[in-house]
Amino acid sequence: MADTRALAPSFGLKALTAGFLAVWVIVAVFPLAWTALMSFRYPVDALSGDPVKIVTGAFTLDHYRSVWIRYEFYRNFINSMIVTAGVVTISLTVGTLAGYALARTRSSLAFWLLIGALVFRALPHSVLVTGYLPPFLQSRELLMPLWTSPLTGWFFQLFSAAPPTLYGQPLAIIIVLVSINQPFTIWMMRSFFMNIPNELDEAARVDGCTHFGAFWRVIMPVMWPGVITTGLFSFLLAYNDYLVTALLLDAQSQTMVPAISSFLNRDTRGSDQIEAIAAAVSITAPLFLLVMVFQKQIVSGLTAGAVKG
Amino acid sequence: MKPRTFFAFVAPSLALMVLFIAFPLLSVLTQSFQNTQAVFTESRVEKCTPGFPNPICSQETILVAQRDASGRALTRTEFVGLDNYRKLLRTDDIARMVAEGRASLSALLAIDFFHALRFTLSFTFITLPFVIGLGLAIALALNATTRRLRGPVIFASLLPFIITPVIGALSIRWLFAGDGVLAGALSWAAGQRVSLFAQAWTIEAIMILYRIWHVAPFAFIIFYAGLQTLNQDTLESAIVDGASRWERLRYVILPHLMPLIIFVSLIHLMDSYRVFDEVVGFSSQAHVVSLQWLTFDLLTPDNTGNRAIGRASASSMLTMVGIVLLLIPLLKRTWRDHRGLR
Repeated sequence: MADTRALAPSFGLKALTAGFLAVWVIVAVFPLAWTALMSFRYPVDALSGDPVKIVTGAFTLDHYRSVWIRYEFYRNFINSMIVTAGVVTISLTVGTLAGYALARTRSSLAFWLLIGALVFRALPHSVLVTGYLPPFLQSRELLMPLWTSPLTGWFFQLFSAAPPTLYGQPLAIIIVLVSINQPFTIWMMRSFFMNIPNELDEAARVDGCTHFGAFWRVIMPVMWPGVITTGLFSFLLAYNDYLVTALLLDAQSQTMVPAISSFLNRDTRGSDQIEAIAAAVSITAPLFLLVMVFQKQIVSGLTAGAVKG
Repeated sequence: MKPRTFFAFVAPSLALMVLFIAFPLLSVLTQSFQNTQAVFTESRVEKCTPGFPNPICSQETILVAQRDASGRALTRTEFVGLDNYRKLLRTDDIARMVAEGRASLSALLAIDFFHALRFTLSFTFITLPFVIGLGLAIALALNATTRRLRGPVIFASLLPFIITPVIGALSIRWLFAGDGVLAGALSWAAGQRVSLFAQAWTIEAIMILYRIWHVAPFAFIIFYAGLQTLNQDTLESAIVDGASRWERLRYVILPHLMPLIIFVSLIHLMDSYRVFDEVVGFSSQAHVVSLQWLTFDLLTPDNTGNRAIGRASASSMLTMVGIVLLLIPLLKRTWRDHRGLR
């Protein structure tokens, strides 16, 4: 060991770094904390522009009550939960399989697949939605041949009498978000699988497992941290999305994030503004819990792709 | 792994990406050359108002949307060549301005598309150095202090990163708009009333600040993880050799972090080119719009319920060309590395 005192910073530098970190923590937390605080105050205090009044004002849950009960925000919450749960489940199932295969092969096809995924990862989502919107609006007519033809008609008619209009269908949104998220998922899954030594598969193969058997019985049990982490990021994508859900869902199936714009447009009375703030805080609360519980996984997920390469 | 097994594992993911990414891209390409309109027929109607002794009648020609048997409006799709692009870029107006000698940069930037392009690119490249710089500064500072601070600082930093972008933008907006505390503080400091949402450049500045606040934590966490893998022996020998703090940073730490800096820059490039949520969160559409927002706006039904799919497709294609151009240097490098490996 070298002299550790040579590594130790001077007192002035220590104070400077501590001060800098303190300022950063305040900057990071303040906007959210302040918004949360405002949501519990009556308009007369919250909109006074006087920080003292906002801090010391009377406490109220009125705005939350009117957001969740009067404006039925719980419907949007349920829609959000359906969409995110669907996206996370399907995304992980499909992505885990692909990520595993990509981590265990050196073929040229795999390389091109990964590069293609990288380019897809960069695509602005509006480009894809432009492609979805017209067929989604007319899906009833477009899919009609499948329902009327004698070959396939009986099969599809088991599900519904007529083809669905995909616009406004949570299920359609789930598939869309899974696909948009797929490039990112397979990259992340691949980097987690790269960490698991190849010898583990080989040992299982020698013991008589098929490739899928080795994957399912030997690799998956040690992969859970990676799966949870990737799942968290799929959750974030689906939960935070505004663009796709705003364009492809209708008022009945709207998720929470695009629904907040209806609170913003209503902005006429003082309490309307605080209601918008309460809705925003309601959307943030689950994310806050997520960071509390999964801080370690989120950090490992962020660094997984980067440190490996 | 045998090609067949590989294919079996990858197939579901590949199918999703082909069906829902590659295929829509093709359909956007074709849509951008087409125009879909409702079919109207002229019909003559006689309108009468009561009168004496005879009602007063007049003949009028009105346009009626044609409907099919189930009552849906009929539409007709036709090939219009580059019309959508021309309308989007307003090439006729530009040509006229050039002919009249009135062409100027400000006139060009008044056209929505060029305005959005200008904003998107400047937003991307202004935020980039700040995100890297701030992320690096936090990572170095945290690395230099006691380990006990690690958890709380990372927790606090994750909050701006993980928050829904629209909501994050809103929470910043509520601080700076109208009666917000920071707007009040700014006005007090400036000695006059400051309204930050009344002109384009202040809105842009706030959007850039917001994005730095939102993404710097991501850079910080990656750099911090990179610092943990720094070879302590190299650092110690640099100290023995009498390298100053700055020299150690310049010649030991930064080269070690370089691959990560490139990684963060790349991700940031992709993400900030997609800038959209800020426009919604800050309601800046009257002053500042981005490329994605332009497409979004064209896709949103207007007062008569029509969506400008053709022009939206043209704008999508141009947006996509932009990001591909930005990515080409990177793709070239990856291709060289890949060929080098084999």
